[in-house]
Amino acid sequence: MSLEPVRAQPLTVQRWLAGLWQRRGIPLSLLLLTRQPVRLAVALAGISFAGILMFMQLGFRDGLFDASVTIHRLFDADLVLISPRSTSSVSMAGFPKRRLVQAMAAPEVEGITPVHWNLLLWRNPETRGTRSILTLGFEPNDPLFTDPSLAPKARLLTQKGRVLFDEQSRPEFGPVASWFKAGRTVESEIAGKRVRVAGLVGLGTSFGADGNLLTSSETFLELLPNTPPGSIEVGLIRLKPGSDPAAVAKRLQTQLPSDVTVLTKQGFIDFEQNYWRTSTSIGFIFTLGAAMGFVVGCVIVYQVLYSDVSDHLPEYATLMAMGYNLISLLGVVAREGLLLAAFGYLPAYAAGQGLYLLVRSATQLPVFMDTTRAVTVFTMILVMCMASAGLAMRRLADADPAEIF
Amino acid sequence: MAAAAAIDVQDLCHWYGSGSMRRQVLQGVNLRVAAGEVVLLTGPSGCGKTTLLTLVGALRQVQQGSVRVLGQDLQGAGRRERQQLRRSIGMIFQGHNLLRCLTAEQNVQMGSDLLPGLSYRVRRDQAREWLRAVGLGDQLNKLPHDLSGGQKQRVAIARALAARPRLLLADEPTAALDSKTGREVVELLQRLAREQGCAVLMVTHDPRILDIADRLVRMEDGQLSEAEPMGLVTSG
Repeated sequence: MSLEPVRAQPLTVQRWLAGLWQRRGIPLSLLLLTRQPVRLAVALAGISFAGILMFMQLGFRDGLFDASVTIHRLFDADLVLISPRSTSSVSMAGFPKRRLVQAMAAPEVEGITPVHWNLLLWRNPETRGTRSILTLGFEPNDPLFTDPSLAPKARLLTQKGRVLFDEQSRPEFGPVASWFKAGRTVESEIAGKRVRVAGLVGLGTSFGADGNLLTSSETFLELLPNTPPGSIEVGLIRLKPGSDPAAVAKRLQTQLPSDVTVLTKQGFIDFEQNYWRTSTSIGFIFTLGAAMGFVVGCVIVYQVLYSDVSDHLPEYATLMAMGYNLISLLGVVAREGLLLAAFGYLPAYAAGQGLYLLVRSATQLPVFMDTTRAVTVFTMILVMCMASAGLAMRRLADADPAEIF
Repeated sequence: MAAAAAIDVQDLCHWYGSGSMRRQVLQGVNLRVAAGEVVLLTGPSGCGKTTLLTLVGALRQVQQGSVRVLGQDLQGAGRRERQQLRRSIGMIFQGHNLLRCLTAEQNVQMGSDLLPGLSYRVRRDQAREWLRAVGLGDQLNKLPHDLSGGQKQRVAIARALAARPRLLLADEPTAALDSKTGREVVELLQRLAREQGCAVLMVTHDPRILDIADRLVRMEDGQLSEAEPMGLVTSG
């Protein structure tokens, strides 16, 4: 008994859909497009081109912003202390390590890790050329990254003059990983001092750093003897489970002196991305690139639809003379725009996937087809096609049925 | 009888242009076409025949005088009222004006698609039926491009009749056809219109087809006069 109304629901929807299906007419928009294959091909090529351009530009932009925080994401921290004078990962300023120790007074704090952070000159062991590499110094017994595979390797750093090399570093740093895997002892110079590669880690390059190196605080200070005593660049704070990082960060900020900034981990990530977004023209350049694609697409779709309407003007006028109203004819053009958007998006999406793969393998940038971007580009293409259709519709006003006799 | 008239035009005047360029094309036209009647309209070119046709076809705003078509007064009728009325008026043009990207069957269905409350299948079957009625049952899936002039005009007739009009307006439907084909097309048109009880007002120059008319009217300098059917026997 109680099942009856539940079953009635889909039936009415079905009936309604069936009714719509029965009421359908000749699919004029579809036939207008498919029976003019050359025009359709031009339109689709234009839309796909615009779509690919938008996918590439937005992909690069997001990829670069994402890449700028490759390292930031890895840290095992709920809160991060940095100096207010730090502007980005490529110019981190120091602050007293004491602040991090003071933060331990807060009841929520479970553990801390002081981190030295700087770009140092690494000598390519093969070509002897130097290149700056992001070097992090930490106490080998302290947790640094959330990835548990680091801890056993970190113990190798307790010996002085040892480093862990990021095997995803760019090849310009030399064939360190392949030499190491082949069993060779890899030694090189950092800032003029001899170091030995004790192991490999997989971190990934970022915007500011073409390669990464991990070492102990002791070795780090040896490499950079001018570092003021008791000064660190980054302080990681781990909180007890269940505490609210944002609230603790806010409280610590008021309790600690103003020579330190307290950020949540996300805040630390945002801090870095914000630098690249606002203090460089990267965001503007790539957004402009995407906008260009949008405009080019608009022009092409408008041209195609406008000439399509113009060519068929006597036919539209005939339909009006037969009693079709203007709205239904505008609908024909609108549906043409809709179909073009749908048909044009698919090749753009496929090409986007392929090009992202290419970019990933060529640049190691983390460019992926994420849902947000896929939806954004589709929305842009839809707006592009519908706006063009809207403009092309104005031509329909010239269809005067009185003129066709 | 008066109420049943398909067309009732009284003292219709029409001008083109404005100011000093203003030119009167219709000067007090009176015309009555009864339901189911076939009337042919002749006259020299430029005398206003087509203008009259577009006014009766609700394609143009009436300026002065009274035009009643299928019982509806067109004086002061708005865009939407005229568009609604046009659904009951079939039109056949000099050129066939078929939609190039649609097959013969789909073109005719554009006519039957105007009928409310019928399922897609019914409308399609009707379109096929009409094409068979005009003798093109084996050309359903051809594009206009692949049809001859006479065939195209027959598709146009099927399309006009598929919307089940009560009035059919035709403007020189034989102009683009040779005399034999033209004769066939017009006879077909007349026969089908009669079967449907549909009134026909046809503008023509073609002297060979005048005999299909119930009545002949002649227009000269914007005025109408009843014409003798030039010795030919009127049908019916």
